[in-house]
Amino acid sequence: MELVTPGDDEGQKILYASDHLFPAQGKTSGFGVITTKLSEVLKKPVSLARKNSVWPALFGLACCAIEMMATSGSRFDLARFGAEVFRASPRQADLMIVAGRVSIKMAPVLRQIYDQMPDPKWVISMGACASCGGVFNNYAIVQGVDKIVPVDVYVAGCPPTPEALITAFTMLQDKIGAGIPPGVSPAVAHAQDPSIVKLDMASIAPYPT
Amino acid sequence: MSTATISDEMRALSSKFTEAFAENFLGSREDRGELTLWVMPSAWREAAKLLMEAGFNHLSDLTAVDYLDREPRFDVMAILASHKTCTYLRLKTVVDDQQPVDSLTPLWVGANWFEREVWDLFGIHFTDHPGLKRILLPADYTGHPLRKDYPITGPAGSVFR
Repeated sequence: MELVTPGDDEGQKILYASDHLFPAQGKTSGFGVITTKLSEVLKKPVSLARKNSVWPALFGLACCAIEMMATSGSRFDLARFGAEVFRASPRQADLMIVAGRVSIKMAPVLRQIYDQMPDPKWVISMGACASCGGVFNNYAIVQGVDKIVPVDVYVAGCPPTPEALITAFTMLQDKIGAGIPPGVSPAVAHAQDPSIVKLDMASIAPYPT
Repeated sequence: MSTATISDEMRALSSKFTEAFAENFLGSREDRGELTLWVMPSAWREAAKLLMEAGFNHLSDLTAVDYLDREPRFDVMAILASHKTCTYLRLKTVVDDQQPVDSLTPLWVGANWFEREVWDLFGIHFTDHPGLKRILLPADYTGHPLRKDYPITGPAGSVFR
């Protein structure tokens, strides 16, 4: 089909080949078709699936790991939130719970394991040592794991109780459910994309003491 | 229960040791049933060999102490054990910065990693060691952090601070 270009005659309609051949695909067609991205339609159900099947990687480094094990145990039961499967392979994990102090010799190992995890991936910095070095303000310990990997939720405590870790985990679930990208704070995510709901993490009720 | 005094056999060994290393002997100390012998660094391996042949068959520990303001600066010490008599003995020498000590690896292969640790953390060099390289800290680390003049938070501009 030949393309008709506007000549001297003003107001002549521009016709494209596709208008005649495939009306259903044209943007100007009269068909009742809405074009959209599949990811937009699936955003909600994907987030729902993701937040309820977060598989953590085994990454216990110190005494925090004992509390992490208790969290996944029968009494506190992280399985209630869909995170009971601690994976020994980073390739099957979505979440890295950095439980303990990271030495500078461990830092490249931690980063490599993080890089081996498939996207999207999240990080919980559990306890004072992983968050800021804790009592180990010395030459051997990384002063906060956020110097190596982007962190989603920090947990205070030395070590944090299982309730604190569960609170952090539910906060992370809220982030995932709201569609906030990994490693981005809720406020920044809302400022960049107003369609993302503004999460007020401070309003989440603290765990009972 | 250990007794407050050392046995006659140990005392005899102590005097035998004193005679054998007359000019290289620095002193001995008997405290709470524990015997400590000091030798010059030049006699370090020879002294360990004599004690080994006297029945102290096991090298229990080998480490160092940094007395920053003292001259010479470091103590290098080995804790020897006799499995036959169930007794321990402490052998010490004094070295200054950059002064090497003879390796005890020819006598006990177990001295290998102890001496690597002392080299790693104190920077004391051991001659005749089969592979003196860092054991605890990363291979590209600079400095020896258990020295008393090493800054606790690492040198300025350290990574991950």
